Amino acid sequence: MWLSEAVSSGPQFFYLVPLVVLFPVIGLLVNTAFGGRMSEKAIGWLASAAAGLSFVVAVLLGISLLSYPEGAVVPIVDWITIGELNINWGFQVDTLSVTMMLVVAGVGTLIHIYSIGYMHDDVRFQGDPGRYQRFFVFMNLFIAMMMILVSADNYLMLFVGWEGVGLCSYLLIGFWYDKGENGIGNAVAGKKAFIANRIGDFGFILAAFIMFWVFGTFEFNAVFELAPEVASLFPAAIVAITLLMLVGVTGKSAQIPLFVWLPDAMAGPTPVSALIHAATMVTAGVYLITRSAALYNLVPQVQNIVALVGAATALFAATIAVGQFDIKKVLAYSTISQLGFMVAAVGMGAYVAGMFHLVTHAFFKALLFLSAGSVILGLEHAHHHMEHNSQLKLPMDENDLHFDPQDMRNMGGLRNRMKISFWVYLIGAIALTGIPPLAGFWSKDEILTDAANFNPLAYWMMLAAAFLTAFYMGRQILMVWFGKPRSLPAEHANESPPIITVPLIILAALAATGGALNLPMWHTFTHWLEDSLGHLHAVEFSLQIAGVSSFLVLAAIFLAWLLYGRKYQAMQELPPDKRPDDPLRPILGPVFTALNHAWWMDELYWTIIINPYVSLAHFLADVVDWRFWHDWFHDTVIVGGYNKLTQVLSIQIDLGVIDAVANKLGDSVKRTAAKWRVIETGYVRNYALSFFIGVVLILGYLILR
Amino acid sequence: MIPDMILFILLAIVAVASALGMLLSRSAIYSALNLILNFCTVAVLYLLLGAPFIALAQITVYAGAIMVLFLFVIMLLGVEQLRKGSALPWQQTLAIISGLLLLALTAYVIFIRPMTLPQVSPTQLGFGTPGAIGEILFNKYLLPFEVTSVLLLVAMIGAIVLTGKREPKTKT
Amino acid sequence: MVPIQYFIGLSAILFTIGILGVLIRRNAIIIFMSVELMLNSANLAFITFARMYQSLDGQVFVFFVMAVAAAEVAVGLALIVAIFRNKQSIDVDQINSLHG
Repeated sequence: MWLSEAVSSGPQFFYLVPLVVLFPVIGLLVNTAFGGRMSEKAIGWLASAAAGLSFVVAVLLGISLLSYPEGAVVPIVDWITIGELNINWGFQVDTLSVTMMLVVAGVGTLIHIYSIGYMHDDVRFQGDPGRYQRFFVFMNLFIAMMMILVSADNYLMLFVGWEGVGLCSYLLIGFWYDKGENGIGNAVAGKKAFIANRIGDFGFILAAFIMFWVFGTFEFNAVFELAPEVASLFPAAIVAITLLMLVGVTGKSAQIPLFVWLPDAMAGPTPVSALIHAATMVTAGVYLITRSAALYNLVPQVQNIVALVGAATALFAATIAVGQFDIKKVLAYSTISQLGFMVAAVGMGAYVAGMFHLVTHAFFKALLFLSAGSVILGLEHAHHHMEHNSQLKLPMDENDLHFDPQDMRNMGGLRNRMKISFWVYLIGAIALTGIPPLAGFWSKDEILTDAANFNPLAYWMMLAAAFLTAFYMGRQILMVWFGKPRSLPAEHANESPPIITVPLIILAALAATGGALNLPMWHTFTHWLEDSLGHLHAVEFSLQIAGVSSFLVLAAIFLAWLLYGRKYQAMQELPPDKRPDDPLRPILGPVFTALNHAWWMDELYWTIIINPYVSLAHFLADVVDWRFWHDWFHDTVIVGGYNKLTQVLSIQIDLGVIDAVANKLGDSVKRTAAKWRVIETGYVRNYALSFFIGVVLILGYLILR
Repeated sequence: MIPDMILFILLAIVAVASALGMLLSRSAIYSALNLILNFCTVAVLYLLLGAPFIALAQITVYAGAIMVLFLFVIMLLGVEQLRKGSALPWQQTLAIISGLLLLALTAYVIFIRPMTLPQVSPTQLGFGTPGAIGEILFNKYLLPFEVTSVLLLVAMIGAIVLTGKREPKTKT
Repeated sequence: MVPIQYFIGLSAILFTIGILGVLIRRNAIIIFMSVELMLNSANLAFITFARMYQSLDGQVFVFFVMAVAAAEVAVGLALIVAIFRNKQSIDVDQINSLHG
């Protein structure tokens, strides 16, 4: 327990910080043990309550930080003590970690509540209601692991959380492990996520090794204090550490080149996509770089690399998002693109901008994913009704048998049928594209301003990405909500129940007003984060940059309206064989195909890396391991030789020598006995004679000596 | 001296001859009779050696009781002669050789090896009389005397037990 | 006086004859009689020594020997009779079932 010796001007709850991890753990343990006997509502509300209590604790910690801005370190256990290696599990409560905690717990709680309703339908569509409990156990596990990540006071503990969220991501992506392409598609997606993350983790671990070797400790405060000294003595170490951590960030936060897992991760249920792959887990990389600001500030060349990686990713992913048809895939690439913005920001040293965008992005991206989930649910419901309700005698063509509720080409005109979902989706989209005064504008604008000042190349790339962002969001809104419904389920889709729509409304409110966190006049967030990161440069609002970006955004939306407004409807009138699936295809031609296939990045990886690796593995397994090692060496040499040896031992030695000795011994005894047996004639007279002869001899000896 | 010697030699020859006769005769009766003769001869030798009581006891017990018992048994069993032939070829030869060896040894010990023997002086009066024997027997050798009586009792019982007819056991 | 060694010599001769009788004859009764002869020769030796040392102990011992010999004869002959009942023969060579 921590006692403050100073006169406190406000309450102080730092000692409560272990509860942010403990509440979700309790939730998942109770759900695991008793979930089988609890009703679905009970399981869901229990898990949501666990996340909610975490949020309450985070709020209390935030309040404490108002009075004690320097924060605290709350140690819990001595974890590893070997020789000079001394790693403890401690909680670091400062403004940066509490910011993350609030985002994770807050958005997480809303998503948990949303899932109560969403999963109720989803487990029934997929045909396994018993899996409901499993979902909430994993969700709570994720919250616990993410809390460990953001509250750790040393890099190793952070890595524990890092791995833990990777595990939960794998578990939740492959939640429907027996569904998907060929019955294993979802499991394959989970595997891909895990492996791509693992490559990133490899970089992280190497960074950790170098850090321990050079610094001798993992603790944040100790490392940051020693950093300048190490930088002057051994700069290559800091460069190596930061670069390797960047590898970890590209894995976890889906940057080039390790982003390929995120689109596939959409195989998981939509709440999972919202929580893990939009709002929280993927932002762990941004958090890592922000936390290591002290290290990154010492190596400007690495910072440049980080910024360029982020900006390139932003642009690259935005282009791909333009060519996607799946509603969740568009949002996935959008996430990668926005993460690129964040990584570029923190790479340039604009930590506040990056964190600010992290917070606002959590709001509107979670909102967008959840509302997309609402749309998908609506279409699924309608499809289900039409399949199983024979009262609706409606004509169904063969397309409806393989109906994909996530394909935007099956949607259209939903704004009249799902009003709430439409309005919140619109708010989220406007926030994402960066139209003032919604949240996205302020955060994105800050990043662009920083980029313009520090890294012009990154600025131009991100500006282009912003243009494309607005374009694809406009395209998506027009395809999904406007126009005429392009499929029967779309015609009959209904709004989702309140348990789904209420969290959406709350998130929409946050997305709309979140900009207030760091308005250019007051810089509240900047001051808040300064307590953790040291002096931060507060960016001045530049009307020029804001104007340029807003103009581009509006131009993009106009372009989208041109292509996907009436022209798209006109296109639908054409007969099916002459109808292109997208207005952009005739314009862009092969470029559109490239965009649709994500510039064939997956295929590239398969050809360059995975196929040779698999061939090598096959070779090593079949030829080296089985044929050479097992068949020849093991069977022939070892087993054969051993058999021969045992043969020699058993026949020549055991039978030939040992048995012979024993047998001959016995034989000789028998023969001797047979020879000697003759003296037992049975005649008493013989015995008497032998006595007598003995007597004579003894007497003779005694007398004659 | 000379008459003693002649007497002794005579008696010795008779004793040895009767012993040999006992050994060699085919008939068991003849052997028994020879043995009786031998005993009587030895009894006379006892007299020569100044043991009158023992001499007469010899005749009474040995010749009179034991040999008569022998004769009873011989005549009871009716086996006077055994058929010829022996299954043990070496037995006789070895036995005779060993016997001669023993004789040679004893001869060597008695006659050839110089020994200091006490002078044989004439005995007092009453040496070997029943009275003298009795005196020692009932004083010094009382215990063996009593034990011998038990021994004789045991022998009697043994003899009866060994030769008594068994009652046939009733079958159950 | 006859040299006392002659008596011992005579005793030895009788003893040897008795031994030979035991070893050579097959008739059980003859063997028994030879044993008696041996005992007798031992008695003669005792008496001789008693005379030699002027001690009556030797003669008392002969007395006991005689008593024991009597007992022994009684029992032995009873044994022979019992064996005869079983085997109808007193040839000791017939009693060889304990051969190896």
